[in-house]
Amino acid sequence: MITQARSTLLFTTPIVKGFIQAKKGRQRRRAINFFWLGITGVVTVLALVPLFWIIGYVAVKGAPAINLAFFTELPQGMGSASGGVLNAIEGTVLLTVLSGLFAIPPGLLAAFYAVYHPNTWLGIALRFGADVLSGVPSIVIGLFGYALVVKPAGHFSALAGSIALAVLMLPIIIRTAEEMIKLVPKNLRAGALALGSPEWRAALQVTLPAAISGIMTGFLLGLARVSGETAPLLFTSLGNDRFEIGRLVQAGFRSGQSFPEILYNIIQQPVDSLPLTLYKYTQQPFPAQIQQAWGVALVLIVLILMFNIAARYWVSRQAAKNRG
Amino acid sequence: MQTISSTAGEVTSRELRQPQSPLVTIKGEPLPLTSSKFVLSDLAFYYGKVQALAGISITIPANHITAIIGPSGCGKSTLLRTLNRMNDLIPKTRIEGQVFLDGDDIYSPNVDVVDVRRRVGMVFQRPNPFPMSIYDNVSYGPRLYGVTKRADLDQIVEFSLQQAALWDEVKDKLTQSGMALSGGQQQRLCIARALAVEPDAILMDEPASALDPIATLKIEELMQTLKSSYTIVIVTHNMQQAARVSEFTAFMMIDQNRAGTLVEFGETAQIFTRPKNRQTEDYVTGRFG
Repeated sequence: MITQARSTLLFTTPIVKGFIQAKKGRQRRRAINFFWLGITGVVTVLALVPLFWIIGYVAVKGAPAINLAFFTELPQGMGSASGGVLNAIEGTVLLTVLSGLFAIPPGLLAAFYAVYHPNTWLGIALRFGADVLSGVPSIVIGLFGYALVVKPAGHFSALAGSIALAVLMLPIIIRTAEEMIKLVPKNLRAGALALGSPEWRAALQVTLPAAISGIMTGFLLGLARVSGETAPLLFTSLGNDRFEIGRLVQAGFRSGQSFPEILYNIIQQPVDSLPLTLYKYTQQPFPAQIQQAWGVALVLIVLILMFNIAARYWVSRQAAKNRG
Repeated sequence: MQTISSTAGEVTSRELRQPQSPLVTIKGEPLPLTSSKFVLSDLAFYYGKVQALAGISITIPANHITAIIGPSGCGKSTLLRTLNRMNDLIPKTRIEGQVFLDGDDIYSPNVDVVDVRRRVGMVFQRPNPFPMSIYDNVSYGPRLYGVTKRADLDQIVEFSLQQAALWDEVKDKLTQSGMALSGGQQQRLCIARALAVEPDAILMDEPASALDPIATLKIEELMQTLKSSYTIVIVTHNMQQAARVSEFTAFMMIDQNRAGTLVEFGETAQIFTRPKNRQTEDYVTGRFG
């Protein structure tokens, strides 16, 4: 019935000719489309070139320095090609973990405050402060760490370094966590409160799990960002060729120290980090150190890449889990 | 002797505190005071300087379904949220008048809001299962109130899901995420979650407006089975739904000051067939709204 009606319409409707020069216009459109599509393709490739160039160049230059000793031994002194950068790897891990511990809990609480009380003076000040803080040069934050921790304590330390890094990380965490918490339907919090839940339990058990994938991305990106920082560490953790957590733990046990005492002792040491080592080694006249510096650069890039991949993997897995 | 007199005194004072609202009748018989769940007395509500509700006095009978209908923006949801103090969450709001729940003024300063919300559960317009398993969704409430034993929780979860007519559909996948269920199942999960804390009353804010007709029907059937144990107050835009499910209907409108007021309250059959008020008649017959 419908087909019949349609075909009737088709045969009775006069076909207008000559107003739209379909063929000519089509060719022109195709040419323009092809041209601009080509331009965007070329530009995309151009934008990717530096990225792969840097990674490829560092990989090629750094690969010869990579061997087991590179990851397991301390530096053997300037001019020596043997030995590794265990001190810097352990230092970077220690600084990153500690700074995360210092920055994540207050950052998360601040984000909740900013979302739940956006129009109070404290909420406004918090968001404004986070924006300002994210624009402060990292070397200034290093100086701040020096004045706050190093000067009163009288020595450089991992503690001072990680506090400086935590300050650097704080605005990233606050702003990403705030955005992610804002995305959680208000309905969810209302549902928990309607059951008689106190605000903190609703936030911790309902809102936080709903936002956790995004918040974790923020954490990991923040950690990745600070694990590549050099400037704030120059004034705070200084560097330490002999830093080796295993040795410090052994020495601590031998002298009968308890676990918290050993931990305290470790974070009071000046520590090295990968970016600091990279900076120091490139200042040296010895080819062995230049070679090792390339190796350090490679390890650093791979480390940060791994953080990013982990963040993305986490997000996709959590999203799948919430969908069920 | 002393105990008896003090108990008697308490009852008297309770009756005195609870004001007599416009008389509610069931099939012509006045409703006994004890079978009223909520009594609202000259209630007014403000969002900042804007008055949203004015002069609302109403007695909501226990163990029945009461529907609140009226055009958009007349304060239906606001009125509903005054019944479990959910409006407390909105900053700069203010309430005048009293709301009695079983004779207790829920806005008096010595009342614990947590206790009010345990006694008066709520189901929202959009299903809002928590991002956790079905089991954890239902046991969230009981855990808040200190139930920790696994066996007890198991029992509460099963009972609540059965009451919400969801048990048969989910009993084999209690550890799955509540968000993986269909919309209608999610809404019944939210009802089970509200039932798990053993409330006296359940408030429903357009519980079926985000659902398809079959899921809506299931929710409506569920309400009929629940009303023997719970007082249900439902806000709905859908007049057919109000006529189908409720036994009492409150019709609201905005007055000349743009504040929501109660126009008429009575048995649903009477409101829809023999409304006393002209505005009610115009609304239920579809002349406006």
